[in-house]
Amino acid sequence: MNMKDRDIISIRDMKKEDIEYILEKSEEMEKNMEKNRNLLNGYVLSTLFFEPSTRTRLSFESAMKRLGGEVITVAEAKTSSAAKGETLTDTVKTVEQYSDVIVIRHPNEGAARLAAEAVEIPIINAGDGANQHPTQTLLDLYTIKKEYGKIDGLTIALMGDLKYGRTVHSLATALGYYNVNLIFVSPEELKMPSEIKKYLKSRGISYREISSIEEIGETDILYVTRIQKERFPDPTEYEKVRGTYKILPETLKLLGNAKIMHPLPRVDEISPKIDRTENAIYFKQARNGIPVRMAILSLVLGVIE
Amino acid sequence: MKKELKVSAIKDGTVIDHISPGKAMDVVRILKLEDYDNSVTIAMNVRSSLFEKKDIVKIENRELSEEEVNEIALIAPESTINIIKNYEVVEKRKIELPDLIKGILSCMNPNCISRREGTPKFIVEKKKPITIRCYYCERLMEGDEILKRLRI
Ligand SMILES: [Zn+2]
Repeated sequence: MNMKDRDIISIRDMKKEDIEYILEKSEEMEKNMEKNRNLLNGYVLSTLFFEPSTRTRLSFESAMKRLGGEVITVAEAKTSSAAKGETLTDTVKTVEQYSDVIVIRHPNEGAARLAAEAVEIPIINAGDGANQHPTQTLLDLYTIKKEYGKIDGLTIALMGDLKYGRTVHSLATALGYYNVNLIFVSPEELKMPSEIKKYLKSRGISYREISSIEEIGETDILYVTRIQKERFPDPTEYEKVRGTYKILPETLKLLGNAKIMHPLPRVDEISPKIDRTENAIYFKQARNGIPVRMAILSLVLGVIE
Repeated sequence: MKKELKVSAIKDGTVIDHISPGKAMDVVRILKLEDYDNSVTIAMNVRSSLFEKKDIVKIENRELSEEEVNEIALIAPESTINIIKNYEVVEKRKIELPDLIKGILSCMNPNCISRREGTPKFIVEKKKPITIRCYYCERLMEGDEILKRLRI
């Protein structure tokens, strides 16, 4: 499959074949780290971050450097260009002159799409406001597949803020391509939006909506996300909810062998005591971002097919 | 004997017919007909058959641009457009919503990049009831949300 010059903006643009192909290439990348050390020699990646996300930026930079490519970065894109009144379009058109591929993070929804319209070189969306963060979803899928050797047939529970959580929306959308059982665990106020549930129904995906960890039962994956205080007008309501969705050592009894994932950073939703258990795979998950982003960079630059 | 017309005929111009009852004023507002120099006739709740009612807007000496037709398609998709020349209907156009709508409304999401820069664009996801998705922020808009964001 030729993905040269393809923009990676939204999971919604991707067919199942595209996703499967990227996962396959990510696996090849992970197996051939040594061999691919000079694969992107002579290529330059620009990372354009209009809001800070050190983790994501470092992950992309590491992926590029592991392939022998160069990175130039505008870590404070907001202060350097936007503050001077420059449009996003002009900023990316200028950065295009210096680089072969751009990774962009922006607080406004749709920013990556607008950037992609402005330039010829591929744009990779590293988060546009509350909308999309497709490489996160791809690394999530890669992690699940790596852990179980498959995605079809698995039971996957998504927990936390399912209403506003960009990560869980994208992941649920992508999982719509697979034959999975989904469990949505959230407080009443933060349930999965009906748009996504409708979409899953149309794809024949079965899901269950519950409000406590106790009701999960058997699951292969428990994907935990943070519940933010700002979502609750009433702080006492937040305090009540917060304690209910924490993963503590005693919670593990309820979870059996379920693997626990988290997009990180965590605050206190997963106790550090969990880190050393067989259940915890969230740091592995973060590491999986490297081969996935290596594969994506190589694909959109047309260096691999 | 011929029945007297409820709405007087116009010599040249455009008749927007079969507008859903109650939507005539939205059409007037979208086309900015309040400030129009020539005569505009608005008929509401006209009985079109035994069971159905409709609104009609007649505009003298005016043809609609493609953009205006698209705007009407968004708020009154069931209406038809008749172009009148010398009291005769010379052309009947059925309103058809395009797959992509450009520029005639703004996104409802205040945090959408299209509210700051560029031309708003929407993909028509469903025609009945009309559901559109912002090409940029991917939010869905329908019903009143669309009406409120039209550049009226
Ligand atoms: Zn928008």
